[in-house]
Amino acid sequence: MAKSIDVSDLNIYYGDFLAVEDVTIPIAAKSVTAFIGPSGCGKSTFLRSLNRMHEVIRGARVEGKVLIDGQDLYGADMDPVNVRRMIGMVFQRPNPFPTMSIYDNVLAGQKLNSKRMKKTEADDIVERSLRSAGLWAEVKERLDRPGSGLSGGQQQRLCIARAISVEPEILLMDEPCSALDPISTSVIEDLIHELKSQYTIVIVTHNMQQAARVSDETAFFNLSGVGKPGRLIEHGRTETIFSNPTDSATEAYIQGRFG
Amino acid sequence: MTSTQAPAPGKNTVIRRPGDRIFSGLSLSAGVLILVILAGVAIFLTVQGIPGITAHPDEVKSGKSFLPYVWPLVFGTLVAATIAMLIAVPVAIGVALFISHYAPRKLGQGLGYLIDLLAAVPSVVYGLWGIGFLAPRMVPFYAWLDEHLGFLPFFGPASATGRTILTASIVLAVMILPIMTAICREIFLQTPRLHEEAALALGATRWEMARLAIFPYARSGIVSAAMLGLGRALGETLAVAMVLSVGVGTVTANLIGSDNPSTIAANIALGFAEATGKSVNALIASGLVLFVITFLVNFAARSIVDRRKEFSGAN
Ligand SMILES: Nc1ncnc2c1ncn2[C@@H]1O[C@H](COP(=O)(O)OP(=O)(O)O)[C@@H](O)[C@H]1O
Ligand SMILES: [Mg+2]
Repeated sequence: MAKSIDVSDLNIYYGDFLAVEDVTIPIAAKSVTAFIGPSGCGKSTFLRSLNRMHEVIRGARVEGKVLIDGQDLYGADMDPVNVRRMIGMVFQRPNPFPTMSIYDNVLAGQKLNSKRMKKTEADDIVERSLRSAGLWAEVKERLDRPGSGLSGGQQQRLCIARAISVEPEILLMDEPCSALDPISTSVIEDLIHELKSQYTIVIVTHNMQQAARVSDETAFFNLSGVGKPGRLIEHGRTETIFSNPTDSATEAYIQGRFG
Repeated sequence: MTSTQAPAPGKNTVIRRPGDRIFSGLSLSAGVLILVILAGVAIFLTVQGIPGITAHPDEVKSGKSFLPYVWPLVFGTLVAATIAMLIAVPVAIGVALFISHYAPRKLGQGLGYLIDLLAAVPSVVYGLWGIGFLAPRMVPFYAWLDEHLGFLPFFGPASATGRTILTASIVLAVMILPIMTAICREIFLQTPRLHEEAALALGATRWEMARLAIFPYARSGIVSAAMLGLGRALGETLAVAMVLSVGVGTVTANLIGSDNPSTIAANIALGFAEATGKSVNALIASGLVLFVITFLVNFAARSIVDRRKEFSGAN
């Protein structure tokens, strides 16, 4: 199920502005990879290029290669809509559909696949997804209530449930805990540990402890200067990056000396 | 309460800043003014209308008592407005969506300006367009409808001039399109990026994104736009009067015949100049009926929107 990602020589543009330059990184299947680095260095931009969400912004484009289990993500025969069904995404700010019930939010992706589903089948998917997202116990009595009535942490877990209800191959998370309290954060970190057995997970985080806690691999991005594009400085096993980084900028960032 | 500086309950006076006071005064008086005007219109219509409602058939020009007199007009008004809405609402939503989310930015802006301009065209121009351009061109189409769909009560026998209630409804639809499109476009443009991206990231096509993120967000705005359009369609006098140029009109299901229903507003416009005595009151009473219809429709629309308020995302 879970797929690997292989990025080589990727340049990412907003119009004429080169935001991320020359990234090459392999990401193994069923692993958790954390992207760290100072604000504005292109972590979100890079993450969004992995499920072709980058190109929904006007004028945005990429150059280079991204292979998903050997298949060219930007190949001519790849439909971005299908790509996004295969590669799920959780955003920095929780974004459940406010006009939908909790139940319908979880099923939103399923309904796009426009499969006719039996009620029992739909119920099963909702329960399974909410259980995996650690939200079932809290919402099972009010599945028909609007998703916007939940707390921030619950909304974010609802978004995770929505993303995994379609059983994607890969799950991308852009600072999923940055708007959450410590308890919701730890719930989501536990969740990432559990999801790892089924999904390839890439998570952007500003929190060093979080990167150390949840990830197998860590990639450090940095700006080469003001107005210059962001670059991947180094990547490797999380223990190695944290205990023995090659680059002095990585060490400085991890020790909190800048960023 | 942990703070010791908090004012004791009871002495708790809210500080009112001058800006707040002025603004709340202004908005209160604006609100009251609208209600007063509305009440004034309602009172005028009622006081002047009652003699028309109670008038003896011999006292009015139509020679009928009020209900048989006004019923065909109510029928015509509702038919014309309904057809106009059936045509205009989907088109307005489609065009607005095209402008806001499909068209390249330059083209979208250009179209937007064009539509805003159309909203400023006076209704007499639409009336002339209806008579001079649309009606003759609809004649062959009506003949075709009569021939092929004539088994339906709506189509046939066909009018030879093309000046039918359907033509009038199409003119109305064109008239109310710009304002509805303009409002829908503005609302669609304000859909939070967050929700659009939520849909896209789930693998929604652009149309599915519209259904998941844009329309639910724009729901109450679309209803408001439709109500504005409907208000104009119900109340439009000149264009309808010009296209139909009939008197009181008949009650018929045939939409393309030469014996047409008329509308309340058109009937007032055509009849007011030469009306005298109780006939004037009868016209005013028909205006009261239109007022009530408009009020009821708006009320119904609002209650539809309110019923799903907690799902509106406003919280
Ligand atoms: N929609 C956009 N249009 C133009 N430039 C953008 C857009 N989003 C981000 N950028 C630019 O791309 C660079 C990388 O931003 P981002 O990927 O958001 O960084 P990070 O997530 O690491 O904080 C920044 O210089 C930012 O200004
Ligand atoms: Mg970011």
